[in-house]
Amino acid sequence: MKRHALVIKEQDNVATAIKDLSAGKEAVVGIGENTISILLTQDIALGHKFAVKEIAKGDDILKYNCVIGRATRDIKIGEHAHVQNLESLRGRGDL
Amino acid sequence: MKFSGYRRPDGQVGTRNYIGVISTVVCANEVARGIADRVGGSVAFSHQQGCCQTPPDLNRVTQTLCGLGCNPNLASVLLVGLGCEGTEMPEVKQAIIDSGKKVETLMIQEEGGAAKTIAKGVLLAQEMAREASEMRTCECGSKDLVLGLKCGSSDTTSGLASNPALGVTVERLVDEDASVVMGEVTEFIGAEHIMAGHAKDEATGQKILDLVKRMEDRAKAVGVDMRGGQPTPGNIKGGLTTIEEKSLGAIAKAGNAEVQEVYEYGEKPGVKGLVVMDSPGREPELLTGLAAAGCNVITFTTGRGAPQGFPFVPVIKITGNEKTWNHLRDHMDLSVHEIMDGGESLVQAGDRIYDSIETVASGTKTKAEISGYVQAMDIYVTGPVI
Repeated sequence: MKRHALVIKEQDNVATAIKDLSAGKEAVVGIGENTISILLTQDIALGHKFAVKEIAKGDDILKYNCVIGRATRDIKIGEHAHVQNLESLRGRGDL
Repeated sequence: MKFSGYRRPDGQVGTRNYIGVISTVVCANEVARGIADRVGGSVAFSHQQGCCQTPPDLNRVTQTLCGLGCNPNLASVLLVGLGCEGTEMPEVKQAIIDSGKKVETLMIQEEGGAAKTIAKGVLLAQEMAREASEMRTCECGSKDLVLGLKCGSSDTTSGLASNPALGVTVERLVDEDASVVMGEVTEFIGAEHIMAGHAKDEATGQKILDLVKRMEDRAKAVGVDMRGGQPTPGNIKGGLTTIEEKSLGAIAKAGNAEVQEVYEYGEKPGVKGLVVMDSPGREPELLTGLAAAGCNVITFTTGRGAPQGFPFVPVIKITGNEKTWNHLRDHMDLSVHEIMDGGESLVQAGDRIYDSIETVASGTKTKAEISGYVQAMDIYVTGPVI
């Protein structure tokens, strides 16, 4: 099946879109050799991320099975994960 | 891996058999090129350094020239200087002699100007080229491969396709006892804890952390916090949210291979497996550093499409971006874009990269070699021109 997004490691809680994707549609998400289907609640542009697991405020965001930042609010499955709800933990004088 | 290579007197293996015409100072570049342009089988290496610099930089330039001269892709070397430079030509000459290779030297001021130096150099290089053509390849293996890693002009496909696929290749190569040199310490920032975690022990991990801190301090010393603009507005628009995410995409090119040791810029690794070398991310300096470290093949993953190769080390261009593959075909050697929609697995793509390295090591030409897009090189310096 044609994939719309990729999860790099199965532990990750976000996928990255490999095409421009529309809200209300089911995205085919590749995880290794397998795929899962995620209902998108927002438009997701190519290269952008969305949640594939329920993420609570304060949770680590995992991509490459590594922490790429922290959720600043709850992120629902299918929701865009980016600067509006995800913050860096590095290179900051205020932490 | 099995490939046909040129075994040198010091045991290193060349994937090419060039005569290197190496300029030891910026002022000798024209003459080095003038010689190499007239002799088949020879290549020039030119740069912007070698005079009016602080001693640490002059020393690094001299050591880098030693490393370049000893690179196994060169059968023999002609060094060209002006006669008043700050680099130590006798030291470079001795290092190449110690590697068992033939070396000749020319000084423009002693020879009586550019025309006479070029004329004499052409005759010397012609004889070297004839001798080199008598050398024959022998069967070599993974343990003879010294692979350099570079990524540049990255986009979102770099962290999703080309770098992780190359990571698979690197894991396979180090299992087969190859050497792999990774630079671009600047792009460890935000992911240095991962790289340190890949180190063989805590002390090596600490060296990685120290290297990243040193690189960051160099940028801060000029009054700039280089993380202030990272990720860039363009990165954010493209979907990269944090510096951690950006750096994680860059370090994926080494996979989960264990880091065995940490080296200075241009230093030849003394161990097999994956090693980290201090260097900035910019192409001219990093490619030169990898060549000075003895790399005989370089892989260069790119998203938007970077054209640079290196004068005497084949540089394989790998993109994960279908548009770049179609649009810049005369610069790209390999595309792994089908990973993106499941048309190919990371392992399959990693195996194709492995196969490409094997054939290029045996002599298949890269696009950068064919197009000759290899001249704009330089050597890494950290101090002022004085």
